[in-house]
Parts: sequence; structure tokens; C-alpha cells
Amino acid sequence: MALAGGIGSGGAPSAQPLLRLSGIVKQFPGCLANDHVDLSILPGEIHALLGENGAGKSTLVKIIYGVQKPDAGEIIWRGQAVDINSPSHARNLGIGMVFQHFSLFEALTVAENIALGINDKKLRKDLTARIVEVSEAYGLPLDPNRAVHDLSVGERQRIEIVRCLLQDPKLLIMDEPTSVLTPQEVEKLFATLRRLASEGCAILYISHKLDEIRALCEKATIMRLGRVVAECDPRQESARHLAELMIGASLKAPIHGRQADAGAATRLVVRNLSLTSDQQFGTDLKQVGFEVRAGEILGIGGIAGNGQNELMAALSGETLSAAADTITLDGVAAGKMGPDGRRASGGCFVPEERNGHGAVRDMTLAENALLSGYRRRGLVQIGVIDDSRTTSFAGEVIRGFDVRTTGPKAEARSLSGGNLQKFIVGREILQKPGVLVVAQPTWGVDAGAASAIHQALLDLAAQGAAVVIISQDLDEIMALADRIAVIAGGRLSPAIPVADATIETIGRLMGGGIESGLEAAHAP
Amino acid sequence: MDSVVFTSVVLSIISASTPLLLAATGELVTEKSGVLNLGVEGMMLVGAVVGFAVTLTTGNAFIGILAAALGGALMALIFSVLTLTLLANQVATGLALTIFGIGLAAMMGASFVGQPVGKLPALDLPYLTDLPLIGRILFGQDGLVYFSFIALGGTIWFLFHSHAGLVLRAVGDSHDAAHAIGYPVIAIRYGATLFGGAMSGLGGAYLSLSYTPMWAEDMTAGRGWIALALVVFATWRPLRLLLGAYLFGGITILQFHVQTLGLGIPAQMVSMLPYLATIVVLVVISTDRSKIRLNAPACLGRPFHVSG
Repeated sequence: MALAGGIGSGGAPSAQPLLRLSGIVKQFPGCLANDHVDLSILPGEIHALLGENGAGKSTLVKIIYGVQKPDAGEIIWRGQAVDINSPSHARNLGIGMVFQHFSLFEALTVAENIALGINDKKLRKDLTARIVEVSEAYGLPLDPNRAVHDLSVGERQRIEIVRCLLQDPKLLIMDEPTSVLTPQEVEKLFATLRRLASEGCAILYISHKLDEIRALCEKATIMRLGRVVAECDPRQESARHLAELMIGASLKAPIHGRQADAGAATRLVVRNLSLTSDQQFGTDLKQVGFEVRAGEILGIGGIAGNGQNELMAALSGETLSAAADTITLDGVAAGKMGPDGRRASGGCFVPEERNGHGAVRDMTLAENALLSGYRRRGLVQIGVIDDSRTTSFAGEVIRGFDVRTTGPKAEARSLSGGNLQKFIVGREILQKPGVLVVAQPTWGVDAGAASAIHQALLDLAAQGAAVVIISQDLDEIMALADRIAVIAGGRLSPAIPVADATIETIGRLMGGGIESGLEAAHAP
Repeated sequence: MDSVVFTSVVLSIISASTPLLLAATGELVTEKSGVLNLGVEGMMLVGAVVGFAVTLTTGNAFIGILAAALGGALMALIFSVLTLTLLANQVATGLALTIFGIGLAAMMGASFVGQPVGKLPALDLPYLTDLPLIGRILFGQDGLVYFSFIALGGTIWFLFHSHAGLVLRAVGDSHDAAHAIGYPVIAIRYGATLFGGAMSGLGGAYLSLSYTPMWAEDMTAGRGWIALALVVFATWRPLRLLLGAYLFGGITILQFHVQTLGLGIPAQMVSMLPYLATIVVLVVISTDRSKIRLNAPACLGRPFHVSG
């Protein structure tokens, strides 16, 4: 595993970079994913690539691993310019990658899975023995004869890592490796990675988990909107400063000048909401509480995976609360009501996932309109669907929200992401909700559709509804919301007016999983 | 039991089981690659008629058997083009293939009905074949019986000891992952389906050249369906397939004896047994989800198309 030669390794400043990228550009339709990115990785270095979702990290590593080709720029591998045109080419160069979602064959054994991913026939011989050897040497216990089906997610990840190690990588790329691991597994993984690095294998570690990066990495490249915005030594930086670098130094001013009426009625009250996540690697909600008044928009920000999904499920009624009074919708204790009961009480919801959650892909728009709107729009009479009202409701949504489609009979799958999102948001808004909760309303949506959705949300609030926007896009929250709260580690910060929110306060709250406990203790 | 009776019962069980074993071995390989071909009955009938006709015309049973395999494979090719290339529904296409095969075989065989053909020559070794009790059982069978065992052994070796077989199982388990690694999913499934067709054709040829050396319409009499049931019964494991084929073959023979022995059980009840046994096995194995997951090909019957 040791790097051949090891010239200049050992941290000498003159060391030749193992990999150097210069001026990498990758343009996708409607988005510049990588904008002249420079990056250099030394042998034996654990290098973090840090950024929010959509910052261009994944595109960059796909370019390094030969999955995607850059439009411009140069890749220099061990001093020589190379054109990496396929993953197998990358593997032959000595670049291994462990993906976030593994593609394993569940019915096959560990050894069989590894054999399938190895091109070199010589390596396939004595594979079982080699797997045992490598997995023991790096503290990655694996029984080569067990079926993948029986293994935990952590063990499955080890298969991918061992598969990479068998091919003697010089650079190992890890894409968000800890998002599926338990804390104990994370520690074991880190020990393995440190060991690998000490033997000269460089590691490019992609994550948005600040505490992990500070614990593991000696160098960090921070990306935002496709550009490298900073390079630093994460061990020397505070989580707060890293978060600030990640979210950028410029917050847009709110686009609305209105002030919520302080005397307006409170329409949504959440109190003491604590929930254990039913997802294996979910985040438990801890004592979440907030209020939203009529005409007000509350933005809930935070880095992905800090309890947003659990909060959305708790608010929409997909997960029931233990006590009825944890959630009050227009004065009705709704904590133990399912989604249907909450809709009857005035709540409407737009989940994060459009396909399969917000809409059924294989059903028509009219059918999708019926699914969430039947109660508030009276589309079902004594158990029978009122077809003409359903179709006209769908038509109303299509016209009112400029959904580009052939009509209510079009299947949801035929719409582009932005158009489907406009349809889903429109469907909820036209039900005239008293409280609207939306998650990631403009995720993966083009700019035109995004601004239409933003305007619709502002209009709804202006008509007196209470709106909650759960979003990872801070610009979106700053543009729309009256107040902002940040969710970190399942805890929600107190809401502050956006006008008072600075990048320092938001950064501090986002890094909150690590620091807020301390700071709260010192707070007066 | 009289040793002559014993030998003749075992011999009849072997000849009832061989067509099942041949067809089921082929279908097992097909299904392991993730393709569900319900057209086994149709492919067997085409194999039976082609094998019979070619043997009668050329006077050479070996050529006839090869032709039967080819006929079954051609039927499977029709199925493959429709389901793998044109992405037609596999269940519907398989049922249609059976109906098509029944009609096609009847038409091709119309002029051969009632004609006699020489039974497949059996092995005859000096001394060995004449051994009492087991001589004819072990050393007096025809080539297809021996081949059915060789094919099963070869299938076990291929599926579980060769890299190509590993790839085939991988394709059946997750075609997306196999495609991502770079294996040609569709080509592998074509190969597995054609092999299944050829083996069904051989199973049919055994019926028309050895079991009852003649051609009659619908002479498979549901054996294609039993072969399909067998694959599930065996939970996609080749050795259990052998057990199942001989169990079901034994039941087939039992129904004749039920009639002659006058046990008072209707023969139809006995011929239901294989299907009943399959249902029972299905229920029993379904209680252990992880067993199913480990042996049943996860992509069985699911169309694969390259997206994005």
C-alpha cells in the first residue's frame, strides 16, 4: 500500500502534488457546476472537500473519477497531464472511490461482490484470502463468505473500501461516507483512513459535517456555487467559521419590505416537540418549539440531515406526536391527527421529494390534484370522485401557476421538475390553507419557476396564512421569511427577525451541534 | 418387493423425471439471470415435434435431438426479442409463447401423427448392464438421461464456480448494479434465455423420442408447467431441482399405480400433488424472507432498460 518511492512525502513543503486540478470548468444546462476549480492533493494527505448541497463537490469528484469529463481545465496526476475517460481508467491510475450509495448485489457473498468489480483476472485468484488479509490489516472486519443481504450498512461500506484497497489506490475518494454510519462505525472508519494516510495513500473526503472534518482532515477546500472560496486547515478553524465560509459572506437583503403584524392571530404553535426518528440514521427531534402568526413566513434553515425530514413529517402528520397539544393548528390540537385530519383543520404541506411523495409519477395531474385536495376542495361526494370538479381544480392549478403541460390528463412524470413543483405548490395554495408548510420549495427547480413559487408563497402570506419554509437555501429564506430559525442536531434555535440575522449568527447556529451547548451555557 | 418390479418402477420414474429435469434446469438458468419465461410448455412441444420429425426424416436421432434443442432455442429467441429488446411484459409474452407453441407444434406435427419412430438407443455395456437390480438403472439408459445429469452438474459448476456464472447471477440480482459495473445485461439475458429454450426443447425431444416414441398433439400434458413450478419448489437451487424433479416424476408414476392398485383415490387428485406441493413450498419459504432474498433472483421478470 505504501506509495512507491515516496519522494518528498512526509509533509515537506516542496512535495510534488499527487493530483493537481487547474481551471476545471463543467457546465450543465442552466448551471455552472464547476467554475475554474483549482485543487491540489499531496500524497498521504487527508483533504476535505467541503460545501453545501449543490456547491459542485460531487461534480468535481466525478470528473476526477472519470465519470464526467470537464469542459475545460487540466488534470495532472503524479506530475503528468492525464485525460481520465472512464472509472476503470481512474482505477488503473490508482484512484479509488467509495460512493455514497453503494451498488452491491444483495444475494451474493462479500467475495463475489468484490470479484464482480475487479477487472484484473490475476487479482481474482485467491481473492478470499486477500480479502481477509486486507480487511484484517486495516481493521475492517469482513467475512468474505457472508451474503451482503445480512450485513449492516457499515459492513457494506467496508466491502466498497476493501474493493478499492485491493487495487492499491494512491488516492481514495470518499463521498459522504459517514451519512449512513453509527458513531462507533464512524470512529472505526476514521482510524482506518488515518492508517491509510500514514501509509501514503491520499484521501479526498467529501462532507458537509463540520465536526468530522475538523477531527479528521488536515486540509480543507471549501466550495460554494461551483467555485473554490477558501482553503484552510480545518483543525485551526472553528466550526462557526467553516460554516460561514460554506454559506458565503454575502446574504441577500430581503426582497419584501413588509412587516408582519405583531398583533395578528397565531395560527401554528409547536411546543415541546420531541420525536425519535424512525429512520435508521435519522436525527431525533429535541424540544422543538416555535409559533407562526397569520401573514408571517418563518424560515427554518440548517445543514442537510439535521432533523429537517423528521420535522416535516411531524408537522404534516406523517409521524404522529405523543401528545395532541404539541402541535396546534388554528387553535385545534393536532399532534395526534394524521395528514387528513390536519388538512381538515387548515394545514397544507409540500414535502421535499416531488416524485413519489409530493406526487405520484404514474398518475395524471387531475388524479394528483385529487389526492391531496379532495377534502378541502370537496372533490369526493359520498365516496364517488367528482370528475368534473377534479379536472377543473387541476386546470385551475395549471392556469394559475403557469404549469407547462398538455393538460389535467397529463401524467405527472411527463412534467419537468420545475413544472411539477409549480403544480404541487399551486395545488396546496389553491386549497386556501391557514397554515402552509413547505420543504425545499425550489430544490432543483429552474430560476423562472423558483421565482414564481417564491411570489406565490409571499402572496399566500399576504392573504393571511401562516407559512413555514424549511430550506437549506439561505438566500431563499432571507428573501422570503420574516423570521429565521436554524435546526441543528434536531434542536431548533429561537427564531430571529431576518433583518437582524447576520452571517455570524447563522453560522454559529448552524455549527450549533457542537458549539451552541457551550455558548448557551454562557449566555446570560 | 420383487426385484424386477423394483427395477421397472425405478426405470419408469427416471423416464418420467428426465424431461422435467431437462426443462427445469434450463428454466433455472433463465430465471437466475432475471428473466421469467412462462413459455416452457410451448418450447417443449416445439422441441418434441421438431425432434420427432427430424429423427424420422433423417433417420438419425442425434441430429433430431440437436434440431429439437435448436427449435426450443428459436422459440426462446422470439421471446427474448419481444421481452428483452422490445421490453414487452414477460408474463404475458411467456403465456403467449406457450399458446403459440401448442398451435405451431400441432400444425408442424399434423402429418406425423401415428407414425412410429425407433426409441432412442440405450447404453448397453457388457456385464455392467446385466447386473441384477441396478444394472439397467445405472448402465442401461439412453443418452438424454445421462445428459440431464451432466447438464445439471455443468449448471452447478457454471453458476457457482465460474466467473461467467457469477456475472449471470449478478445480473439477476441487480441489473442496474451489473450495468453500472459494465456488464452487458441484455446480452447475458439473451444467452440465459436461449439456453433455457434449448433445454426445454431437449425435454420435449425426450418425450417424443424415448418416453413414448411417437408424436401426439399436446403430448407434454402440462409438464412445462410442472418444470416451472419445480424451479420455485427448488427455491432456485440446482440440487433441490434434482430432488424435486424425481419427486414430481415419482408422483406421475404413482398416479398410474393408484389406478391399477385400486386405492380409491381419483388419479386426478394424485396429479394435483405436484402443484399442491409447490404451493406448500412457496408458503413455507415465504415465511423466511431472507431465504427468499438469497436465492430468488431479485430482478425476476423486471424489464431492464438503460436510462440516463
